[in-house]
Amino acid sequence: MTDLESTPKEGTREIVLDVRTQDMEINMGPQHPSTHGVLRVVITADGEIITSARPYVGYIHRCAEKIAECVTYDQFVPYTDRYDYLAAMNNNLGYCLAVEKAAELEVPPRATWIRMICAELNRIGSHLIAFGTYGLDLGAFTPFLYGFREREWMMSLFEKICGARLTYSFMFPGGLANDAPEGWFDEVLRFCDVFDRKWREYDALLTRNKIFIERTRDVGVIPAEMAKAYGLTGPCLRGSGVRFDLRESAPYLFYDRVSFDVPVGQGEMGTVGDCWDRYFVRMAEMLQSTRIIRQCVELCLAETTPGEVMAKKPKTLKIPPTEVYVGVENPRGELGHYLVTDGKDKAFRLKIRGPSFCNLSIIPAILPGTMIADAVAIIGSIDIVLGEVDR
Amino acid sequence: MELETIAERLGDAVLEIVTEGTKDPFLVVEASRIREVMALCRDDSSLAFDLLVSITGADYPPREVKKKAKKGEPAPESEVVPGRFELVYHLLSTKTGGRLVLKVRLPHEDAPSCDSISEVHPAAEWHEREAFDLLGIRFFGHPDLRRILCCEDWVGHPLRKDYVFPKEFHGISAE
Repeated sequence: MTDLESTPKEGTREIVLDVRTQDMEINMGPQHPSTHGVLRVVITADGEIITSARPYVGYIHRCAEKIAECVTYDQFVPYTDRYDYLAAMNNNLGYCLAVEKAAELEVPPRATWIRMICAELNRIGSHLIAFGTYGLDLGAFTPFLYGFREREWMMSLFEKICGARLTYSFMFPGGLANDAPEGWFDEVLRFCDVFDRKWREYDALLTRNKIFIERTRDVGVIPAEMAKAYGLTGPCLRGSGVRFDLRESAPYLFYDRVSFDVPVGQGEMGTVGDCWDRYFVRMAEMLQSTRIIRQCVELCLAETTPGEVMAKKPKTLKIPPTEVYVGVENPRGELGHYLVTDGKDKAFRLKIRGPSFCNLSIIPAILPGTMIADAVAIIGSIDIVLGEVDR
Repeated sequence: MELETIAERLGDAVLEIVTEGTKDPFLVVEASRIREVMALCRDDSSLAFDLLVSITGADYPPREVKKKAKKGEPAPESEVVPGRFELVYHLLSTKTGGRLVLKVRLPHEDAPSCDSISEVHPAAEWHEREAFDLLGIRFFGHPDLRRILCCEDWVGHPLRKDYVFPKEFHGISAE
């Protein structure tokens, strides 16, 4: 349509279009394979062009914040697994750091190293799903299976350390449920070596695939200013060319003792901040994660001895009146916990700031003007987990 | 950056600098001037808090604050903070990585309301809808103030401390 409206070439006749289409409302979801969960988007379209998009969320709202006011601090850990269920370790970590800061608990160094290893392993697992399902959204089925192959090993590593494969509840305020079993660190290192080789397969399979590039470059461009205005964090913000990673700019745990790069979008295939950039930031982050894990394993084995992974704390934790905010870098962005305590064994108020919730809020702003087929590519590139949007 | 310096920069819109009883010191800001303060925090090059992390609220009961007695003097009378709703704004600077916590005490006990800051930070739109949904705080000038997480016909605001759990919902018993 736009081609016909532009100035006609010499020797051709100008065609005046007198075709009006009726605005059409299209409902996507809540059951739709490309919305990654129970997201509903009502799209108004003029032909193939989207004129407005309204997301509806809350289908699996459980009010985790209210639950937090009704259970003790330790009892809430399993609930944290269930907001971003693809990165349960990172959720455990964010919550535990908030409680520990409020209660002034001293975590043993060995627990901190293992926490970092688990957080980075889970980041790889989460990005592998993002990689696989993004290919699926755009019609490539094979990358999904490749991604799940390595994720399976990652999950079996978690199974060995805590017995669970998806909702781990491995970290508790004060430390960890248990130490790593024998041989676990060696297997983690083996995983890293194999993963770095497999990563090249993914890169060859999808990243440089011509059809994939055509579907994602210059699509869903988010300029840096817009990304900040909508509170985007994580790969979505970095994809727009903003170098901001909490692990680097406000290091927690021992992130200041390991070296790693922060990949940012550079507009390699098109414009800075397009879908391809966001996708590639995630891909590049996986390699940084294995780099961090190797250093963590080395330092952990060199500096600590097996045994102590839990701080000394009372059986029922009571925290004197105070308030804290702790943000950690989850695979999807900043996961924040704002905790208000009042001296009892339960939180007075716990606010969970989920990155997916904020990242999703940009959808009504970037979808208008794009094609309906691109809506799937754009929503997929934001990489949301609805469990966290709805909490 | 020191909190005092930030408070100075924000001028008389800051009512109080709170450093005690919290791990993250914060500023209490006048409710009627929140929009202006937010714009200043974002645009002032020495502050540059360009990313709104979250807006949330809490429902505090009236509480007594005991003051410490100075040596040789009788203990001063304890102060009663009337409560009830407070809004908390978490800001972040992507340039320095610094954080700023601002609070607003809302005057109306049962129908709390505040100016919306969605013009300054579009990110506020969903956060304010969430605060409206879960705490029942109204925002003036919000483009689309509807419930976001609970369904449209939900009764009450779950995060209020006087919230009564429903016995049934659309004929489904919760007991």
